[in-house]
Amino acid sequence: MKSTLNFLSRGLWAVVLVGLFLGACNNQGSNNQKAGMLSSDVASQVYVPPGQHDEFYAFMSGGFSGQIGVHGLPSGRLLRIIPVFSVDAEKGYGFNEETKALLNTSHGFVPWDDSHHPELSQTNGETDGRWIFINGNNTPRLARIDLTTFETAEIIEIPNSGGNHSSPFTTENTEYVVAGTRFGVPFPQQDVPISSYAENFKGTLTFVKVEENGAMDIAFQVLLPAFDYDLAHSGKGKSHGWTFFTTYNTEEQSTLLEVKASQNDKDYIAAVNWKKAEEYIASGNFEEMETQYMRNYYDEKKHMAFSETKTKVKILTPENCPGLVYFLPTPKSPHGVDVDPTGEYIVGNGKLSSDLTVHSFTKMMTAIENGSFEDEVAGVPVLKFDEVVGGVVKDAGLGPLHTEFDDKGNAYTSFFITSEVVKWKVGTWEVLDKASTFYSVGHIMIPGGDSKSPEGKYLVALNKITKDRYLPTGPELCHSAQLYDISGDKMKLLMDFPTQGEPHYAQGISAGRVKPNVKKFYPLEENEHPFRAMGEKDARVEREGNNVHVYMTTIRSHFAPDNIEGVKVGDNVYFHVTNLEQDWDVPHGFSVMGANNAELLIMPGQTETLLWKPTKVGVYPFYCTDFCSALHQEMQGYIRISPAGANVDLAWGLGESAP
Amino acid sequence: MLVGSLLLLVIFAFPIWKIILIAPQYPSGVTMLIYLNKIGGTEPGTLQNVNILNHYVGMKPIEPDSIPELTYFPFIVIGLSVLGVILALVNKRNLFLAFGILLIVLAGLGVYDFYLWEYDYGHNLDPHAPIKFPGASFQPPLIGKKDIINFTAISLPATGIYFYGAAIVASFVSWWFSKKKA
Repeated sequence: MKSTLNFLSRGLWAVVLVGLFLGACNNQGSNNQKAGMLSSDVASQVYVPPGQHDEFYAFMSGGFSGQIGVHGLPSGRLLRIIPVFSVDAEKGYGFNEETKALLNTSHGFVPWDDSHHPELSQTNGETDGRWIFINGNNTPRLARIDLTTFETAEIIEIPNSGGNHSSPFTTENTEYVVAGTRFGVPFPQQDVPISSYAENFKGTLTFVKVEENGAMDIAFQVLLPAFDYDLAHSGKGKSHGWTFFTTYNTEEQSTLLEVKASQNDKDYIAAVNWKKAEEYIASGNFEEMETQYMRNYYDEKKHMAFSETKTKVKILTPENCPGLVYFLPTPKSPHGVDVDPTGEYIVGNGKLSSDLTVHSFTKMMTAIENGSFEDEVAGVPVLKFDEVVGGVVKDAGLGPLHTEFDDKGNAYTSFFITSEVVKWKVGTWEVLDKASTFYSVGHIMIPGGDSKSPEGKYLVALNKITKDRYLPTGPELCHSAQLYDISGDKMKLLMDFPTQGEPHYAQGISAGRVKPNVKKFYPLEENEHPFRAMGEKDARVEREGNNVHVYMTTIRSHFAPDNIEGVKVGDNVYFHVTNLEQDWDVPHGFSVMGANNAELLIMPGQTETLLWKPTKVGVYPFYCTDFCSALHQEMQGYIRISPAGANVDLAWGLGESAP
Repeated sequence: MLVGSLLLLVIFAFPIWKIILIAPQYPSGVTMLIYLNKIGGTEPGTLQNVNILNHYVGMKPIEPDSIPELTYFPFIVIGLSVLGVILALVNKRNLFLAFGILLIVLAGLGVYDFYLWEYDYGHNLDPHAPIKFPGASFQPPLIGKKDIINFTAISLPATGIYFYGAAIVASFVSWWFSKKKA
């Protein structure tokens, strides 16, 4: 029986593959390459049988969606979209009263951002599954997501920044996550001519301290010239204590950058000694600057986010802090900077070049000791190029962007222009293999691939363009990920799958490091929401002037109360809905006709609040939106809205007690 | 005899009976644990979840406060334990035998009482229940496995019962050995 099934399934795949091949041939000529290295056993490699779990979690940045997509690997199945920087009506995120505060900034409520780089927390250089961080590029912010709940726990704004791109790369024990500005901005922000860029604009590299409980605050900012600080990675092992940032636009131009910022043969990698910075902070060798930024955090007991405004930041300047920053000349507007698992090699992915420049940490330290400087820029010593280069990967491709590592001493670099991933040997710099991507790969990801201990089984290529790879969906097409098996000598393409938004970087982690800690529900007895109702006996309606507070509960399959009267046009009705369920996977939804915001989706044990401002007289239904039980369709109720000034008493109830 | 009597007190620490409900939506089952003095489950929310399931078919909610046995059973067991200790000190072999038989009789009564509660919950249904199955009973089995609508219900004695059983065995063993000596 089993062998028959095997035979059948293999036969089926053969038919599918032949179909693919023929179909592709009809469209274009050379399609051997297009189908990649697909062979008949590939399907079984990505097939996760029904009811079984994937081996890895993959966290894909949403790019212009502002969110994080959680996929399983190797199946590619989408498990969840975590709302981070963008409002999400589906979950009420940013619409309910509890989560609005997470999106507060010094510019007010900002309901969208552009999230590029997820970064898992680390302990001893290994991903530990506690949190994942991600940057908001547009209105500079940094978020921390709790991996016990897969919810955004904290968002901190980054002051003196023009775009938080080189972020949030972590140090070996998550002492810090970093936030380097991509765009130079006046320092401090002020009304000056744009043409005074070189004179008035600056760039800052921000180090955000992460406490044991996850709480974040800005430890210090390093003030540098107004280069564009593109990407970063922290040292590990021997280079622990340093963080490396790539730069472009060392020309300090403010217009037509595609030409004007591509003139210097070499830009820099800025090496920041953050342990030295800690010494300068401890000795008081900093300037305290007045500024304004917000820190928003979610209190899991109160089920509510809070905002606080911060007004001071510590600034370190290289002129006053010798040994804090060095510049490593790196050819051709380097994009990614990636540190190998040993911490010795720092790869500069010079995106306008065909070569990869790899700096040696040991040589860098020797050069610093010997004072082998070729120049000094804004108080920062520029190390001699020849003294720090550890090796060059020659003619590997065109447009190198990012490098990840496996556990066998190999590196993998994405080449955007030639649309391929190139595998090379760390130390000998020889190119071992190339695999095409479809099309125009940006970041790549190997689970643990930027940590001390990569799990080199799969590589995910995150592509910017899909063109003809999927069924067309009008002018806007999905972006995609491609999964490669990298366990052998040659990379093998396994499959494509679409991703939400635009994936930039991603992170992967063994499911076993996350799964055991995942919460199933919130214990009701720990609920400290100020408007909670701990049982149906607590359900009630209270009026305070124009504000009507409905303390509502949900349990399969009714609301309490489900009939409400005495509410008037012009009232602000706060539905504080507590889900009394204490079982896994039993959320209830709440929606009311004419609401100008969204629904609520309340997890068991949680309280969430929808503000409803009735504008018309009438009787309006509300109902549960999440199919919760066999009697879900019956989970509904009514609220009566009387004219402003009407003389209808406030009344409420359920069943026998209904008004 | 002394050891056997004290074993009775250990029962408090363990459930005496368990009822496991299994359905596709409950892959790891819902396990209700019945103790001498309380009703709980393997999860903090078990009782609430059982009651939510039961309310669809009109079964009464299981409210531990309204089950008097949970209050007076503990006193009976403590009383038995004290009585056993006294008998051990008195050291008359026929009393050991009588004690063992008493334990068996009381166990039988206890199980019968449990059956009555199960019968009551399973048959005494709210006529306004949202889901009605004419003639259906939702009584879980006393011991063993039974399919009830979409659930498979498994009812089994739990750890506490074994200590009770050990106490019975201990009284007979005491009786047997004191007989030999005489």
